[in-house]
Amino acid sequence: MPVVTIGPAEVHVDAEGFLTQYGEWTEELAAQLAAQIGIELTDAHWKAISFLRADYPQRGETATLRRVSTLAGIPIKQLFVLFPGKPAKKMAYVAGLPKPRGCV
Amino acid sequence: MKRLVILGAGTAGMMVANKLRRRLPLREWQITVVDRDDVHLYQPGLLFVPFGVYRPAQLTRSRRRLLRSGIQFLTGEIERIDPVAKTVRLGDGTAVGYDYLVVATGTSPRPDQTPGMLGAEWRKSIFDFYSYEGSVALADALRDFTGGRLVVHIVDQPIKCPVAPLEFTFLAEAYFRSRGMRDQVEIVYATPLSGAFTKPIASARLGDMLDERKIAVEADFLVERIDSERKMLVSYDEREIEFDLLVTVPLNMGADFIARSGLGDELNYVPVDKHTFQSTAYPDIFVLGDAADLPISKAGSVAHFAAEIFTGNFCQYVEGHPMTGSFDGHANCFVESGDGKGLLIDFNYDTEPLPGSFPLPVVGPLGLLRENARNHWGKLAFRWIYWHVLLPGRRLPVPTHLSMTGKKQPDKEI
Repeated sequence: MPVVTIGPAEVHVDAEGFLTQYGEWTEELAAQLAAQIGIELTDAHWKAISFLRADYPQRGETATLRRVSTLAGIPIKQLFVLFPGKPAKKMAYVAGLPKPRGCV
Repeated sequence: MKRLVILGAGTAGMMVANKLRRRLPLREWQITVVDRDDVHLYQPGLLFVPFGVYRPAQLTRSRRRLLRSGIQFLTGEIERIDPVAKTVRLGDGTAVGYDYLVVATGTSPRPDQTPGMLGAEWRKSIFDFYSYEGSVALADALRDFTGGRLVVHIVDQPIKCPVAPLEFTFLAEAYFRSRGMRDQVEIVYATPLSGAFTKPIASARLGDMLDERKIAVEADFLVERIDSERKMLVSYDEREIEFDLLVTVPLNMGADFIARSGLGDELNYVPVDKHTFQSTAYPDIFVLGDAADLPISKAGSVAHFAAEIFTGNFCQYVEGHPMTGSFDGHANCFVESGDGKGLLIDFNYDTEPLPGSFPLPVVGPLGLLRENARNHWGKLAFRWIYWHVLLPGRRLPVPTHLSMTGKKQPDKEI
């Protein structure tokens, strides 16, 4: 598992750059991860990321778009605006969680 | 008398009921099965109905007659479960009390969840094939299709039998070729996934098979609505795909009574322990088959391996012993590829589908991630096995846990 330096922090990531240790994530790190994929975090972004962070320990897996939409009350359409292209993957990346299973 | 109530007499519910009837003494146990009707559908057969392989009548049997004697069968809509009072309330007001409950009510396609799907074009140019009526209607539409763009489409994951849309695509391609009209049909496969399938090695192999057949893949396509006037799929990121004939897999959801009972997640699936199927909220509730939130394919083979583990565990549990069986997520699926051939995939929670042969190395006789005719005949023979071995709860001579025998692990980090 490679270790990379992002800003001041050294963190463990997988081959695609997703953090592998839940506890290594910080809010400052999130801002830097977001910047790497061209996103500047606003309150609307934080609402989604906070939900993902809170949901993960309960479920043991990264929430799907539909779960974020239903439980955090953010329309899927808006998630596509906030995290353009591949919102599920981008949200997980910024929230320091595994890439969503997408499914099985 | 101890009371076991099983909700749903589909693949999972039927297997569990018949297996437990043989394991639990009649004088001590009352087993009751509830379903909304008395028609059990062989769902794997729906894939073939649009191509005229099966007549619809070959795919249904009476649930009551498939259940072993000594099992009580009730028909009725399920209104809700009260897990505290340990009662199931039916639509007509009947209350069915239980000591132990098995929820096996599966998952269903929900065309109502996508705006525009159930509009004027539903079953005119927009079809599903996961329902009996849909697959029958699609047979007529394919027969009458004179050319244009066929779009095969998945609304979102998870869906039951996740390989079926690919199989449908392969079969449709072969079907148009056999009718000498392949040149007049453009085929597009639109999926919310980033590739043909979910797991990397199988996705690459199946993606190559789509390429070889000149089928275009529109990946990462999450539909927002269907514009039925313009015959257009519209995604959340505002991509549009035009169709002449749309074969869609609607959003799949667990039963609505799960939501009414406060037991489900956002898609009405019940959270369970992934090794024992025990509800994480109520220990006397177990959830088998597609109704559970297991992180593995929603498929009959999963239900089958799960039922094997569950019946042993359940007999321990009711005696107050720890459950020693642990499900590994084993799934095993035939994938039809057209022209009388098919592939086989075999995987679990930790091991993705790999190439090789099954169940034995080299001699097989079935090929993993490889097309051959034996896989196709295996799939067709499965219908007999389903009615005569699986549903009656007899053992199939296939290992319940995944085995690495015959599998080849390609070099990682390709």
